[in-house]
Amino acid sequence: MTTLLRTEGITKAYGGVQALNGAEIAVEEGTIAGLIGPNGSGKTTLFNVITGYERPDAGEVWFADRPITGLAPDKVFAAGIGRTFQLTRIFPRLTVIENMLIAAQAKDRPRNMLAWFGRDAWTHHRRHAMELLAFVGIERHANVLAGSLSYGQRKLLELAYVLVADPAVILLDEPAGGVNPTLINMIADRIRQLNAEQGKTFLLVEHNMEFVMGLCATITVLESGATVVSGAPDIIRSDKRVLDAYLGADLDEDDGTAAEPVLNKETGR
Amino acid sequence: MARELTQAIVNGILIGGVYALMAVGLTLIFGVLDIINIAQGVLVILGAYLSYSLFNKAHIDPYIGLLITIPAMFIIGVAIHWAFISRLRGSERTSMTLLVTYAVGLIIEGILYKVYGANNVQISPSYIDSSAHVLGFYIGWVYIWGFVIAVALVGAVYVLLYRTRFGRSVRAIMQNGDAARLVGINVNKVAAITFGVGVAVTAAGGMVFGETNAFNANSGYDLISRLLSIIILGGMGSVGGALGAAVFMLTLESVVTIWQPTWAIAVYYAALVIILLWRPAGLFGQKAVRAQ
Amino acid sequence: MKAQTLAKSGGLVVLLVFAVLFPQVFSNPSVTNYGVLALVFATAAVGWHIFSGNTGYIALGQAVFFGSGAYAMGIAARDWHMQATAVFELLPLSAVTGALIAIPFGLIALRVRRHTFIVVTIAIFFIFQLMAFNFWFTGGSSGLGSPFLSWAPVPYNRNFYYIALACAVGAIVIAWLVGRSRFGLQLRAIRDDEDRARGLGVKAMQVKMAAYMISGTITALIGGVWFYYLNQVQPQTGFNPLFDLTLVLMIFFGGYGSIAGSVLGALIIEPLSLWLNTIPALNGFNEIVLGAILLLVLLFMPRGILPTGAEFITKIRTRGRPAVVPATTIGAAPSATPSAPSVSSGGAR
Repeated sequence: MTTLLRTEGITKAYGGVQALNGAEIAVEEGTIAGLIGPNGSGKTTLFNVITGYERPDAGEVWFADRPITGLAPDKVFAAGIGRTFQLTRIFPRLTVIENMLIAAQAKDRPRNMLAWFGRDAWTHHRRHAMELLAFVGIERHANVLAGSLSYGQRKLLELAYVLVADPAVILLDEPAGGVNPTLINMIADRIRQLNAEQGKTFLLVEHNMEFVMGLCATITVLESGATVVSGAPDIIRSDKRVLDAYLGADLDEDDGTAAEPVLNKETGR
Repeated sequence: MARELTQAIVNGILIGGVYALMAVGLTLIFGVLDIINIAQGVLVILGAYLSYSLFNKAHIDPYIGLLITIPAMFIIGVAIHWAFISRLRGSERTSMTLLVTYAVGLIIEGILYKVYGANNVQISPSYIDSSAHVLGFYIGWVYIWGFVIAVALVGAVYVLLYRTRFGRSVRAIMQNGDAARLVGINVNKVAAITFGVGVAVTAAGGMVFGETNAFNANSGYDLISRLLSIIILGGMGSVGGALGAAVFMLTLESVVTIWQPTWAIAVYYAALVIILLWRPAGLFGQKAVRAQ
Repeated sequence: MKAQTLAKSGGLVVLLVFAVLFPQVFSNPSVTNYGVLALVFATAAVGWHIFSGNTGYIALGQAVFFGSGAYAMGIAARDWHMQATAVFELLPLSAVTGALIAIPFGLIALRVRRHTFIVVTIAIFFIFQLMAFNFWFTGGSSGLGSPFLSWAPVPYNRNFYYIALACAVGAIVIAWLVGRSRFGLQLRAIRDDEDRARGLGVKAMQVKMAAYMISGTITALIGGVWFYYLNQVQPQTGFNPLFDLTLVLMIFFGGYGSIAGSVLGALIIEPLSLWLNTIPALNGFNEIVLGAILLLVLLFMPRGILPTGAEFITKIRTRGRPAVVPATTIGAAPSATPSAPSVSSGGAR
């Protein structure tokens, strides 16, 4: 099994705040990986660095053995890394299907400007887009403005429109955050299904531990911008350092590990 | 040459202070309330006409007259906010305020035109041509007093914003209107007062403008384009930035005028464009104070 | 859906027939004059819509294109000694001038957003106005006159009416093509969330630039028509600070974000303000009346007189597309655990 997405020693500071301090993560191809950590531990910042929305101060991002550090978001997306946002970023004044089409056209390479005026390519995208909307269960809303969707439906739309561009890795920022339990189960089902049937690779940030533990094969724990431990759910569940990280970690005298950026290489597989 | 240059710089700084006064009102309204007040230029002219009338009809000295015109302009500002601006909602609100204030400006301009006619006038008290003789330079008292008043009022606005409870509310709204509402700030009231203050300072700006320039009802257009560019250059919502940008603008214009009077303002606008390419948030603007 | 499309096309045909017959029915030159100027502004409003209406970047420097189109025609006609109807051959020159000016203008202005964009467009506008005042070849503050056209008043206005109508229809067709294309969708995605659109592979700068050039071309073209119609241009009329505010007013009056709204706003506001100027009782009050009407519309019909504005158009547009049939093998109910559609092969499994 090959490592598809990997970061090395990422640091990023905002003014005096060290948001990332040597964060390391490795995502194996065809797995569902999780990224957890207390609030402010740098999970979303790491996502932003990987997807090009932020430039790291130091460190490297590798995707399929190619460095992608500092590439613009569109280049990262074209390379095959799709993502969703914690607060969904859909296009509220476009219809649901138009949202899908915007994501779908990323793959196209129109030969000239006149091709922009053509509509033929849409027909193909449209069919595929509708299937994905059906897959996440919101195809009935295809022609309404995306801004009128409920919060949970927006999460589903964002998932669908990331899928439409067929990325190799999908980064999900709190897919279950603020969503009702029925929908959470459905989202988990869809992720599992995409992984099982098509071998899609996922990396997700989530606070809902049940969700993460049930879904992910590997979990990486971030604290104060550094990787604390990485491994299978069982290992994470029983790791004292993780507990410390979540409880505030003032046990430095007994066990200094939580305060230092120690990378545990055990993958649990 | 050096003498001309120094004189030009001094003039530029003094007139710049007056423009800063007019621009502070705009930057406050713009930065805090996200309102593009196109009427600000016409309101300055209205302030000038108020002083003009008080002086010519009631023989009240323009500086004393400020005691009347500033409160009057404050009330006009609050009224405009209450009647029109507070009623706008929705995603295109910023563009809508631009149009609403444009319409308000058109109406005020039409009334001024009807009342005062199209001829240029100037506020001319007896001391208008007297000047101070400092270090070999002749500087009009009007400019000196205008500058003093401008700095005093800009300072007052600064204190209001950064040293008072009201100012804290204003800055809370500037950063996040919804959150400010949640912690119990009466956003509508604060907005109305902010708008009123922003308009009130035009009374003083207009008075000094009217003493140093001949004006008519149409003069507002040239003013508003200058004021807009000043607050953008200074950084929206930044009081000190407005002062710095206004002084920069007028000094540059006054210096370039020595060689090339016709292109003076074009040089400023070109400088503005270049600076904005380098710093899109303006010289003193914080980057993305207000999120998209 | 068929009936809807039919009704819509029928309505458009009726409107077009009316527009074509208008100068025949109302042959009075002072009436056709309203028609010509209304169509000039309708064309400019559609030009504004193509860029600003789609992207949400409120441009207040369109007068740069309008004035440049007028001046390009005037200067070329003067220096190349063009006469009479041959001057119309210069209209493409006006259009190209607009496109060329849009390139440096766009490269500067399109790097900034929102308020800063508005002010940069205003600043560039004033630079152009000053250039018109001060360059040696622009005729200074007295501006330029056009060559003489020896048409009688009635055919004069009528001919210009048809030229302006052709420009307006052309602009509307272009705007419609843009709106329904992938290009238009990208523009509207930029309006909603430019950074996210870029993240999804939309080449924002290229797309904005293309729209800006189209907008500049149309505006400069109609500026040329306007110049020859009025036989003159001065710096303060060609590069008029009120031009852009008037355009924006027309668009918000009619309905921001829709072609029909933009056209409708221009067709109502321009004749209205011309008409107000002719009423003796209102002499001196017309600014006040126009401002008051504008305020009433903004406060009571804030989305323009096409009440549902943008959404209405969206509905029409999506209805016009072929009906979308959900793939039959995929269960409609989310709970039915449909199998994942193949992400790579366009749905075929």
